[in-house]
Order: sequence, then C-alpha cells, then structure tokens
Amino acid sequence: MRARVFVTLKPSILDPQGKTILGALRSLGYGAVEDVRQGKFFEIDVAAGSAGEARSLAAEMADRLLANPVIESYRVEVEEPGRT
Amino acid sequence: MKIAVAVFPGSNCDHDAYHALKHVVGCDAAFVWHKAGDLGGADAVILPGGFSYGDYLRTGAIARFSPIMARVVEFAAAGGPVLGICNGFQVLLEAGLLPGGMRRNRGLKFICEQVHLRVERTGTPFTGRARAGQVLRMPIAHGEGNYYADPATLERLEAHGRVVFRYAAPDGTIDERWNVNGSTAAIAGISNAQGNVVGLMPHPERACEAALGSADGRVVLESLVEACAAARGGAARTAAGGGGAAAGEGTARTGAA
Repeated sequence: MRARVFVTLKPSILDPQGKTILGALRSLGYGAVEDVRQGKFFEIDVAAGSAGEARSLAAEMADRLLANPVIESYRVEVEEPGRT
Repeated sequence: MKIAVAVFPGSNCDHDAYHALKHVVGCDAAFVWHKAGDLGGADAVILPGGFSYGDYLRTGAIARFSPIMARVVEFAAAGGPVLGICNGFQVLLEAGLLPGGMRRNRGLKFICEQVHLRVERTGTPFTGRARAGQVLRMPIAHGEGNYYADPATLERLEAHGRVVFRYAAPDGTIDERWNVNGSTAAIAGISNAQGNVVGLMPHPERACEAALGSADGRVVLESLVEACAAARGGAARTAAGGGGAAAGEGTARTGAA
C-alpha cells in the first residue's frame, strides 16, 4: 500500500523559497498567482493490512522524522489498491 | 581532562575543533565516531559543524538518530557540557535538546563571512570567561541558520536568560541590519534551561588564532576547559539536579533518540 506524505512549512513561517518562486512565476507573466508554498513530498510503500493502518504508520513516521513539528506541518494520503 | 568531538558522516569542522582544543587551548581531545557506544569518559562533548548526512531531509534530522546521540542525550541530562556548533546546533535542535528550529537564511544565500556576536549570558560552561556584552568576531558558514522560535518559546528563552549570543554590530549594537541570516531576535546561540547545553551557528573553533583572522573564539573553548577543570576539582555538577529535564525539550517528538 502506498502512503503519500506532504510536508510544508507552517502558515506562520515565512517560506523564502516559495516567495522566490512566486516572483519568478510573476515575471513569467502569471499575474494570477497569489502565493506559492514549497514543500516536500514522500511516497512510502508500506506492508499494511488496511488503509487506516498505513495512514497511522505514515503519520507516525512524519511525527518522528519526515517533518519537524517546530516549523512544519504535514498531510497524509493513502492510495488503496483497486480503488484508483 | 578530555573533550570528545563527535564525527558524523559529513562532519567537516571536526578537525578544526580537535586542532583548536588540542593545539591551541592545549587540552586532550578525542574523536568519537557517531556509531560509538559511549563517549569514552569525556568531560564534555562538541558536536561539530559540517553537513551530516548531506543535510538530507533537514539539517541534523538524520544525525540525531545516530547511536552516539543517545549517549549525548544521557550525558546532557546528567549535567555534562555539550556544545553544538553550526550543524551541531542543528542536530541539538532536531534532537530536542534545545528548543526551536532552523529555516533557510533570509535571502536564501549560503553565507560565509566574519560576523560579530554579543555575549548575552556568561553563566554557561562555554561563556564563563567572557564578559557580558563582550563582542566576539568569528565566522559563519551556513545556508540554514535562520533560527526560529515561536513567540511562547522566545519569551521563555528571554525571560530565563537563555539567549547566549546575538548577531551584533562591531560595537555590540543589536540592530536588524546586523542580523545576518534573519534569525528570530537576532539569536546566534542559545542554551537549555540548565545552561549545560549550548548551540550556536558561528564557529568559535575557526577563530582561535590571529593567523585565521580572529582569536575571539578561544574564550568559548577556554571557558569550557575551565568549567571541566572546576567540575573535576570536586565541584558538584549542580546542573545534574535537573535530572532528565534536559531531554525532550522544545519539540513534541515521540521518537526515541
């Protein structure tokens, strides 16, 4: 089963990379772009009996290693086989 | 007396620290590989600068799970002096031994230059020989040294005098113009509640000889040697009274180191 973890800086933390990309997109003419936040994306294949188990495992991994709770938040998605 | 210098894959200031300790300050120093099971009976530990594990994931995020870090956490909890320099500071933050986190430098550039620090606190094993308000010149070399603490953490640090160094003008003035990387409250270094664990982004070990541009960093290492000698001299490690409180501060991590 595949879990996806998205890690981004918390909304209260300035994201200088996102701001730089925002400026670059605007200079390309994308005036409609209002904001950009850059983050990290992990695809994790886990041997789990259920989507719920995969989800809680991935969340535990994010808490312990993938995200730094001081400055980052994360979101977990689980891809269930046969339902995609 | 012996001071351990931890070596992680990617450490690159370990030899600088060893050289400054052994050949400039004149105390015994020993490298401790990150997979070592103990600290070799050292009186203090330095986590040196560098790019442990290539800075993969986040700076210091992988190194904090190295076997030696479990020993460092125990050593710190027992009141032992621990100094994290640059990447070592980042490792201490990830390990939860110090509160807060690191962001990319304001301006996104890797900054390699001489800066001035004002000593804000002298009551640590690393600043005992410094004067409050003393200005030290030493280099920085980092891309992620933009220290962040949330308002509640910052208030706690300031209220208890745990900001040890701040980026300053050459005359010691604190001004946002001299806050080279955009850190919260111009913080360059902090301590834990007990004061025995200190992390800073600038490199005192690279500023121990006039030939290198500054010898101001010596006061940090000489303070450490003096503190270790005092502890050896029978003075009780009063900081040990804090017990395990030194561990697990600052982050809500559930992971065991």
